[in-house]
Amino acid sequence: MADEKNANGKNGKSVGLVDRIKEDLNSLRTDLPAKAKEQVEGLKNPTKTQLYTSIFRHKHDDTPRNRALGVLSNVFLHLHPAKINRDAVRYSYTWGMGGITFYLFLVLTFTGVLLMFYYHPSKVQAFRDVLYLEHDVPFGKLLRNMHRWAAHLMVIAVELHMFRVFLTGSYKKPREFNWNVGVILLVLTLLLSFTGYLLPDDQLGFWAVTVGTNMARATPLLGHEGPFGAQMGMTPYNDVRFGLLGGSIVDANALLRSYIWHCIGIPIIALIFMVVHFWRVRKDGGISGPNSVMLESEIKEPRK
Amino acid sequence: MDWHQLWEIMSAPDNVPIIALIPLLAFYIFLAWRQAHANDLLIEQLEGDAALAKTHHRKAWPFKPGWQKEVHVWPFLLRVEFLAAIIVTIILMVWSITLNAPLEEPANPNLTMNPAKAPWYFLGLQEMLVYFDPWIAGVVMPTLIILGLMVIPYIDTNPLGAGYYTWKQRKFEIGTFLFGFIVLWVSMITIGTFIRGPGWQWFWPGQTWDHNRLIYEVNRDLPDLFGITSNLGKAIFGAAVVGGFFAIGGFVVHALYRRYNSKNYQRKSLLQYSILMVFFLTMIGLPIKMLLRLMFHIKYVWITPWFNV
Repeated sequence: MADEKNANGKNGKSVGLVDRIKEDLNSLRTDLPAKAKEQVEGLKNPTKTQLYTSIFRHKHDDTPRNRALGVLSNVFLHLHPAKINRDAVRYSYTWGMGGITFYLFLVLTFTGVLLMFYYHPSKVQAFRDVLYLEHDVPFGKLLRNMHRWAAHLMVIAVELHMFRVFLTGSYKKPREFNWNVGVILLVLTLLLSFTGYLLPDDQLGFWAVTVGTNMARATPLLGHEGPFGAQMGMTPYNDVRFGLLGGSIVDANALLRSYIWHCIGIPIIALIFMVVHFWRVRKDGGISGPNSVMLESEIKEPRK
Repeated sequence: MDWHQLWEIMSAPDNVPIIALIPLLAFYIFLAWRQAHANDLLIEQLEGDAALAKTHHRKAWPFKPGWQKEVHVWPFLLRVEFLAAIIVTIILMVWSITLNAPLEEPANPNLTMNPAKAPWYFLGLQEMLVYFDPWIAGVVMPTLIILGLMVIPYIDTNPLGAGYYTWKQRKFEIGTFLFGFIVLWVSMITIGTFIRGPGWQWFWPGQTWDHNRLIYEVNRDLPDLFGITSNLGKAIFGAAVVGGFFAIGGFVVHALYRRYNSKNYQRKSLLQYSILMVFFLTMIGLPIKMLLRLMFHIKYVWITPWFNV
């Protein structure tokens, strides 16, 4: 478009307004189809578009490099190494219980958030909300069932995970610390389940939590019925059980406290420990095995 | 045989997880045992054949020269994880469609549930309430369980069996854990769920839960059997018995451990060894106290003005 240079009048030639508009109209006719063609050509190979390459940072041809990159360049998958011991994918060794526990935690978070939309943690409303969920909310019953069974399943999965880790000696050096993080996560799982038990505000939850928290009365030093509790000045109105329940009986405050621990407090704490747990699995050298068997004669006694 | 009662207990929605746990546990113990057995055979073979031990890849699974030692996570691990997620989702879906979460009457502090049971995973602790005061069963025991689990990696000095299933190389460790997990944890949960009825009384499976049943049991305290009446005497006697259990039991365990596990005994420092002893003796103290109660109707062993054991 040599004329364009003239259009700004730098060459001294003055161009009229009408000519300029004609010129612009002309460009619409010639440039747009060309650009459109270019656009369509570009779309024939969508993986080359800027949009695509900004999201996916590498090619997906089936090469070893791309398989590795698929894991390494993905924030969710990069918890995994690119390659692992060929036997470490065997289900008979791993039982998959750690991963299943985490998956159940995700299921519980998802169903739990949905349940929160329909639930008020107050004595007047709580039980009615559960009835409402069961009878009127679309899929409400399925939602509540799934939340409850996933919670039970999570307790089972955690226990089986711990069992497997023990049986394969996976807590041994250098994984001692991660075993401890795991024990804390086990306790947090039980507490999550226990705090959730009260929330329907029915007889089952009420008496289970009453039985459970009555034990806290007997805490040595800190409970009013525990050894040396009286000597420490403990009464039903200032001991550790009072702190747990926000009162001397399981009532509105206990419901609210359960709710907050269940939905906010413990999940956040558990999430922090989970992050550490997963991170340490990698940092301590990945999954413990399956290792080559070690013979008694090969033990190198550490120098004392 | 009251089949209806049995069915009511077995099919209570919250008891289904325990019904599921028992076959699951049996399956996984079988899975672990099979691999442990294969590894033990391999270890035996390699111990007897030094030349083979140098060249063998040392797993019970097949391996041929030329096979890659490592595989890509994508797709070999991720497909397993994906499958697991799908299967768990299906199980959950079917379970949630077929079985409803329990919902009883609205909470009523004036109407006590009988039996009032904790959630199933705490029933082992609730069962302990029969044999121990609440401060032990409800506070000290859970604390000891957590602490006991946490010290495991620091007191287990056996370098063998890291990262593979074995039985012969870790008999004591695995035996102890199985005892704690299966006998003390899972079976107590099972008893608490299926056996304990109204008034926390013992009802065999199939026996009708009779809310009016009374059991006349005269429970005695150990000092009474010896005719000790003064408070001071009871306190001193009880302390002597409990102390004696730890001293004599400790000596017996020490003698056995030293003899049959001598290498691990030598490896342990004094601190590691004493922590092991304290937790181990406390653990075997549980069934002993239970037997005292069940067979001899003994309630307390140690009586003081502040606490009873």
